[in-house]
Amino acid sequence: MKIPLKYTIRNFRSRPLTTGITIGGIALVVFVFVAVLMLSSGIRKTLVATGSPDNVMVTRKAANGEISSIIMNDTYNVILSLPQVATDSGGKPVATGDVVVIINLPKIGTDGGISNVTVRGVSPAAFQLRPNVKVVEGRMFSLGAREVIVGSSIAKRFEGAHVGGTVRFGGDTWMIVGKFEAGGTGFDSEMWGDTAQLQDAFARQGGYSTVTFRMTSPDQLDAIKKNFETDNRLQQFEAKTEQQFFEEMSEFMSIFIGALGVFITVFFSVGAIIGAMITMYSTVANRTVEIGTLRALGFRRRSVLAAFLAESVLISVVGAAIGIFLASWLQFLTVSTLNFGSFAELEFSFALTPDVVFFAFLFAILMGFTGGFLPSVRAARLNIVNALRAS
Amino acid sequence: MASIIQVQSVSKSYWRDSFEIPVLNNISLDVPEGEFLGLMGPSGSGKTTLLNLIAGIDRPTKGKILVGNTDIATLSESQLAKWRSHNVGFIFQFYNLMPVLTAFENVELPLLLTSLSKKERRDHVDMALKVVGLSDRMHHYPKQLSGGQEQRVAIARAIASDPLILVADEPTGDLDKHSAEEILTLLERLNKEFKKTIVMVTHDPRAAEKAHTVRQLDKGELQ
Amino acid sequence: MKVLKLMLKNTLRHKLRTALTILGIAVAVVAFGFLRTVVTAWYAGVQASSPNRLITRNAVSFIFPLPFAYRDKIARIEGVETVSYMNWFQGVYIDKNQFFARMAVDAETALGVYPEFLVPDDERETFLRERNACIVGADLAQQYNFKLGDVIPIDGDIYPGKWEFVVRAIYQPRDKTVDGTQMWFHWQYLDERMKQEMPGRAGEVGWYIIRISNPGDAGRISEELDALFQNSRAETKTETEAAFQQGFIQGTGLIIQLLNFLSFVIIGIIMLVLGNTMIMSARERTKEYAVLKTLGFSGGHLTVLLAGESLIISLLGAGIGIALSYPIVGLFSLMVPKSWFPIFYIEPVTLVLAGGAALAVGALAALFPIQRALKTSIVDGLRFIG
Repeated sequence: MKIPLKYTIRNFRSRPLTTGITIGGIALVVFVFVAVLMLSSGIRKTLVATGSPDNVMVTRKAANGEISSIIMNDTYNVILSLPQVATDSGGKPVATGDVVVIINLPKIGTDGGISNVTVRGVSPAAFQLRPNVKVVEGRMFSLGAREVIVGSSIAKRFEGAHVGGTVRFGGDTWMIVGKFEAGGTGFDSEMWGDTAQLQDAFARQGGYSTVTFRMTSPDQLDAIKKNFETDNRLQQFEAKTEQQFFEEMSEFMSIFIGALGVFITVFFSVGAIIGAMITMYSTVANRTVEIGTLRALGFRRRSVLAAFLAESVLISVVGAAIGIFLASWLQFLTVSTLNFGSFAELEFSFALTPDVVFFAFLFAILMGFTGGFLPSVRAARLNIVNALRAS
Repeated sequence: MASIIQVQSVSKSYWRDSFEIPVLNNISLDVPEGEFLGLMGPSGSGKTTLLNLIAGIDRPTKGKILVGNTDIATLSESQLAKWRSHNVGFIFQFYNLMPVLTAFENVELPLLLTSLSKKERRDHVDMALKVVGLSDRMHHYPKQLSGGQEQRVAIARAIASDPLILVADEPTGDLDKHSAEEILTLLERLNKEFKKTIVMVTHDPRAAEKAHTVRQLDKGELQ
Repeated sequence: MKVLKLMLKNTLRHKLRTALTILGIAVAVVAFGFLRTVVTAWYAGVQASSPNRLITRNAVSFIFPLPFAYRDKIARIEGVETVSYMNWFQGVYIDKNQFFARMAVDAETALGVYPEFLVPDDERETFLRERNACIVGADLAQQYNFKLGDVIPIDGDIYPGKWEFVVRAIYQPRDKTVDGTQMWFHWQYLDERMKQEMPGRAGEVGWYIIRISNPGDAGRISEELDALFQNSRAETKTETEAAFQQGFIQGTGLIIQLLNFLSFVIIGIIMLVLGNTMIMSARERTKEYAVLKTLGFSGGHLTVLLAGESLIISLLGAGIGIALSYPIVGLFSLMVPKSWFPIFYIEPVTLVLAGGAALAVGALAALFPIQRALKTSIVDGLRFIG
């Protein structure tokens, strides 16, 4: 029979300071653990949401990102003539040839600091391909004019990037005529303009960076990939869903931050485990007579072991709950960083996913178990007669 | 009357580093059912050790101990734990109540080791607290009680599971004269009214007076 | 003196607890040192910057090139010693996970403006002579087992096509602040191929590296230089090498903030572990402190006793942690490909910070128990049951 849990719980209250400190330590470690994983999954989530699984994106095979990809006009025409490219009611392919470049803009609040902003030249069909992009202020850029619209995150974070402002690049001054929202995706961190204008400004008349088109149906992906393998005009290029492309753009950052976080928190957890161990050893020492009494009453060694382990695990579960609760507020925070995948600024928010919560609890239980194990064994191994004599 | 406790040629020694310290030396003792036995002797005479052996929380170096026909020296550790929970009620000098549990919960503690239902446990606890006269204090914590009251709760805990024997180690050692009197009267009542066999270690002559039989221990030997 | 003895004896009273606390602090100090070292690695480029190098790049952003024709105009500015230039070549070697800096450089001047890249004279001459030769850092050579005469095949992305370079020199970084994982080849080789295959992109320079004779002239030269190309199709932005490098890491401020935040958290954890130990020890000794007070020891004595014990533990932990940091950081740089963190070493200031933090935490952790020991009256203390 087990020693009642209320015995364990009430013992927390008998030494609130020490128990509180130990819970605090665990909460701190779990907070860091959760925050870092939230950051890592936030980047991924934002970029996964950026691309659509119904669109196919074509890049040069060797390219590390959109900016280093080049697709010349003749290839562009070959891609658009593929039978799997969906067409609109007018029979025109639903496709955009994007010109993607990076420009520097001064960032608000960094005292003259600049950061990289993605400028994307798009064909009109881009808005059909990416319906989550909607102009919410001002108006759409006109074709044939040096005009751009800015993503909401750019408008917020960069100087002069508001509707009515101007930016200088490519030897010209561009009017910001509108602001768009893209539902918290990576496009929110971009500036869009007419692809022909950007080709002209950056001397890219001969081609595009990437080509994105809507598939006639999502199950055509394999057929499309096959075309790219067999058609020797397309062999230097690679087709994947737009979603997969953007997800891969998140890979480096998300793995980097995740790995850094896990490595660091494992270090941190040693501190928390030791804290729990110290507390539990002292708990055992303070309750030696109680342990002897319980054993005399007929409770077995393993019940004593279980009771003390439960106490330690409970401390860490409470700590984890506090840590997760505190970290959950980070969801309301959006941050931005240079994404190594695209080499441009990307805004995203901390994302608390169920598996992050699951891993945090698992991690905490593990910490409590590890920290509590040796002290609990000591408690269980106490000799009854000696324990009763201690005081 | 049949012997409920038979101690047969029991010796016990401890090891301190490499020295063997003999505590009990070839002791034999029979306690009949319904006895109220007092064990007296100077400190270091081995009286608590003998009590611990009878209660099954310590093992003899040599010899045999039968309690209610069970040879407890042959039981494994977990069998012994189970045996204690059904057969022995402990009363300690410093009460040894769990400070974080109420009087009711302290008394209920040994019952958790039985197969009693929640309601049966409650009945047993109510009964035991009534016997010791503390029904009105059942939701108090130990630190809200006086020393005498704490010891009465401890006695209620000892009798709650209706054990075969009660063992008491200096039950009045930490109490004032008046409270000590109360406790001894209570033990006497348990012995008379409820036919409990009691083995009590004490060096308090007033406590010894209440016992039917008093045996003296000195230097590990029964006088 | 007597107090010191009592202090030491108190420290040894709960050997296990003291040992655990010291271990906890040591681990935290290792983690702290490790984090700071990652930050150092992040800023390595800034640290390694030379004050007499200026970088001129396209004002729009670093991905846009500058005309080769700017070279001669820049060279005429007063105070300019040498004008060198580079292109970020990138490309893919084996697969996309093998990243190290691959650059097209002006072979004639590059090693002159980067004196921290040490190359044996004979290797330098071979490198200069052969058009498809390249030079690799010693760390890179070790990572990929490159030897003189090896051919490195690269799939171009910014400059499409198949490329092959022959290793003709291996440079040694002058000290540990210098990146030993770069690969350089002839800009002229790149440009010739561009002339043939993509004539529109011939004569493109990624950025200019300008060696100036007097660092004090940096501001004036930058202004003059940028003024020279104002209102042209490719406006320039000139800054010191340090500022240029700073600009690169500017965007990753979030990660720096994260690392700084984490090192702050670590100190918090040390604080909790040590504080917990001190509170427990002091609590157990409440009665003893009352006895000491009865004997006539003052509050000052008790303060010294507790603070001293706390400091002994924290400094021991910090010392062990610092000693352990070296092998652990060393192990990490062995495990991780050198090109991920080209520069990875413990800066002395990191050790000072760790020691300082341990000292501060040691003093702080004793505050609460001291306050409690002083506040408890003798009568209550003597009656205390732990």
